[in-house]
Amino acid sequence: MERPTTVKILKFYPEKCNGCLDCESACSMIHFKTKNGGEQSAIHIFKKGSSYQMHVCDQRGLCLDMCPVRALARKKNGIVWLDKNTCIGCQACVGFCPIGAMRKSDVRIEPFKCISCGACVRACPEGALELVERKIDDIKEVVYHKQGV
Amino acid sequence: MAKGQISIEDYDTGNTRHKWDTNKLKSVHKIITKYDYKKGEVQRGYANRTLYVNLSTGAINEKPVTEDMKKKFTGGRGFGLKLLWDSIKPTTRWNSEENELIITTGPLCGTTQYPGSGKSLCLTISPSSNIICDSNVGGFFGPYLKFSGFDAIELQGKAKEDVVVVIDGEKGRVTVETASLEETNSHLLNEQLTHMYASEGTDKSRQKVSVISSGTGAEHSWWGCLNFSFYDIRRKVPRMKQAGRGGLGTVLRDKKIKAIVVKVEKIDGVSNHPADPLTLAQIGTKIHKEIRDLDRYQCNMRTVGTGHLVEIMDAYDLLPTENYRFGSFPKASKIYSPEFYKLFTKIIPDGCWHGCTLACSKTVDGFTVKTGPYKRQKVTVDGPEYETIACGANMGLWDPLWILEFNFYCDTYGIDTISTGTAIAFYMEMYEYDILNKERCDGLELCFGNAEAVLEFLHRMARGDKGEFVSVAAKGIRRVKDWLIKKGWGDPKLIEECGMESKGLEYSEYVTKESLAMQGGYGLTLKGPQHDEAWLIFMDMVNNAIPTFADKAEALHYFPMWRTWFGLNGLCKLPWNDIEPANNAETDEPSKVPEHVQNYVDYQNAVTGWNVDKEEIILQSERCYNWQRAMNVWMGRGQRKDDWIPYRSMGPVTEMEYLSRKERYDKQLIEKLGITEKEVEKMDMKEKIKILYDFRRDQYQKLADAVYYRRGWTPNGVPTPQKMKQLGMDDPKMLKILQQKIDEDEKTGLNVWGGNYNKREKPPSKDHKYWEK
Repeated sequence: MERPTTVKILKFYPEKCNGCLDCESACSMIHFKTKNGGEQSAIHIFKKGSSYQMHVCDQRGLCLDMCPVRALARKKNGIVWLDKNTCIGCQACVGFCPIGAMRKSDVRIEPFKCISCGACVRACPEGALELVERKIDDIKEVVYHKQGV
Repeated sequence: MAKGQISIEDYDTGNTRHKWDTNKLKSVHKIITKYDYKKGEVQRGYANRTLYVNLSTGAINEKPVTEDMKKKFTGGRGFGLKLLWDSIKPTTRWNSEENELIITTGPLCGTTQYPGSGKSLCLTISPSSNIICDSNVGGFFGPYLKFSGFDAIELQGKAKEDVVVVIDGEKGRVTVETASLEETNSHLLNEQLTHMYASEGTDKSRQKVSVISSGTGAEHSWWGCLNFSFYDIRRKVPRMKQAGRGGLGTVLRDKKIKAIVVKVEKIDGVSNHPADPLTLAQIGTKIHKEIRDLDRYQCNMRTVGTGHLVEIMDAYDLLPTENYRFGSFPKASKIYSPEFYKLFTKIIPDGCWHGCTLACSKTVDGFTVKTGPYKRQKVTVDGPEYETIACGANMGLWDPLWILEFNFYCDTYGIDTISTGTAIAFYMEMYEYDILNKERCDGLELCFGNAEAVLEFLHRMARGDKGEFVSVAAKGIRRVKDWLIKKGWGDPKLIEECGMESKGLEYSEYVTKESLAMQGGYGLTLKGPQHDEAWLIFMDMVNNAIPTFADKAEALHYFPMWRTWFGLNGLCKLPWNDIEPANNAETDEPSKVPEHVQNYVDYQNAVTGWNVDKEEIILQSERCYNWQRAMNVWMGRGQRKDDWIPYRSMGPVTEMEYLSRKERYDKQLIEKLGITEKEVEKMDMKEKIKILYDFRRDQYQKLADAVYYRRGWTPNGVPTPQKMKQLGMDDPKMLKILQQKIDEDEKTGLNVWGGNYNKREKPPSKDHKYWEK
């Protein structure tokens, strides 16, 4: 199989964000068919000081090697994908994600994450989000036991 | 990315590939007996029934798990005790028709959120000790057994020819099938059966099969272990974990069972149907994070597994070297964990059950076998763990590659590395004293450090060599002691005191000479000298936190009960204290790891929907612990005489050992025994050894007194009917047995304390029959 070399990740322009959280609602629609946002959204926008920050998976894929059943895999388009039918809900990826981007909602045992689908980008009324292409080699990480992560 | 790492997509073990026609192997299987069952769902951790298979009669049936059974025995090892009690007699021995091999799970077993939740508990009457031996093991079998519908499987009777027992959780069918063409040794057999019974030819499908097997070594020795497989989808090999202690594999092969196979239909994160999955995910994620952040600064389990202990034990003079004569050795650094780290395969998640992020199951892939039937083949070696490496030290093997070779053959031959290593170390010491020699060892030069001879011994044993030495040696230290004494080849006392066994079972790998509490941790146990009941060396010897007999007795009450609890639930103990919260040292009782105790309380409540607290979980253990001791009494054991330990575990047997720690021992003669420095200087070595011997033996008896009292037993170590009733274990038959035994002991004068108490010292109680008050 030919390996992907690039992946699209989210880029955030805080100066444009108005804090409406339409992005989170859009994300919830994708993952849970609700508009709840919050713990049911893979993207989080929160206020820090006077401006907004974004918290989301950067597709580095450190979790790939954590999964005991290989429910996590890099898709053809480069994104790290969690197959919830294979997932056995152990939360190892949730616990080990160094940036806390693997999410877990109360409504089901399997975690979920950003899949760079662009729903949030489309939902943002201010154009504060953008999908940008990155080389996988520049961002990927592999579990290295000595480092514990 | 670290230098030298390989991405997992490209990973290849480099092992020798085998091409078997599994259809052909299967085509000659004859189905001896078949049982269709109704598939059911696990409810709050319980499948609510157990499976009974009789290999002699072909009977297969289900037994219900009642609420009373859960209340009294909780699950796991507790259920095993209950099933054995209903099936065996006090005269049952390991090879009796009615002896059973039981594999149990436990209500928390199979949870994926909390690390270390995939343990099976195996019970049988052991060939080594003639009493119940329980052994815990990882791998996928336990969880799959439960998710296929059963909390336990009971195997009774013996088949006429080699069979496999297959539990097909997909079809809801149990079969016993002949299996004449398959290999017997585990590393090959597990692969054959995994491929044979997987529903499809995919790794995902193979991951849903788990096999229990043993090997040819188990057929010809009393050290047989059970290998539990777990298919590794990255390496594409079924790896294995061992239920090592007590000869369970010997019982498996005596029943002519080649393997037990289970296939699960599906698993997910809530296959246990826990009462409160949210709490499970919360406490699980919390400890995953703890491991992520702290393991590298604490035990480094994710990197080197339990092997990290080698350098610590060596530093504290606790690494058993040359049959426990010494606790450290100049060459020991050759087998420190960094040496094994160089050999271990990296970057692969190494949990023996899903979700275990402590991941201590290390492997060496593509290891080139040096000797024996698989010479020059490349194989995956599971391990070595600390105990196996320490066996190397005990036998004077200071080369990691020979330790791997020993590890590989013990595993595939289905024998316990601990019993085998400890026993060979004893034979080597006897060889050094010329009690054994080349002629008496069937031509084997079993001197310390001779790795070739060790492997040759294993190969001969696995082939069923009929040589006198090989035949006796394969039964373990206790029988070799008897044999040597009968032959009149050496001083019986020396032989008795050097051979590291108690209750017939070989010691595991820690030097306990300077820690009285740990001597109790090995001796005052249910199944024999195994550190799974208590590990108190640092608390006792290094930190001096339990100075009095009463303190030690409290530790020898609490920790065995606490550790027993893991076995009742199907859990591994390592995530309890091999990872600790950052602020653990500041808590009231750091040795208990209070935050993790609370995790486990929350964990059991979250799965079962109960409302227990930390006191109740100790009670759960106390019920089963006392029941097992009572069953030992029923079988004519479980008394003070059975808690005897060899002096090698208590102090210096030989002059060389005294000399190696002369300062410490001389100081003890002065400080503890009130002998003046001048007198000590004048004494000869033999005299000093004798005085120390009498003192330390007496200390151990006093410890036993304190522990028996704390546990609610008589001075002869018999659980009292009063204690049993108080725990709710009120089976009238058992109460009667115990009362009769106590009355007998009264007549024979055994209801008295074992220690010699001077005027300043007090025994635990001055009331005769204190338990009646």
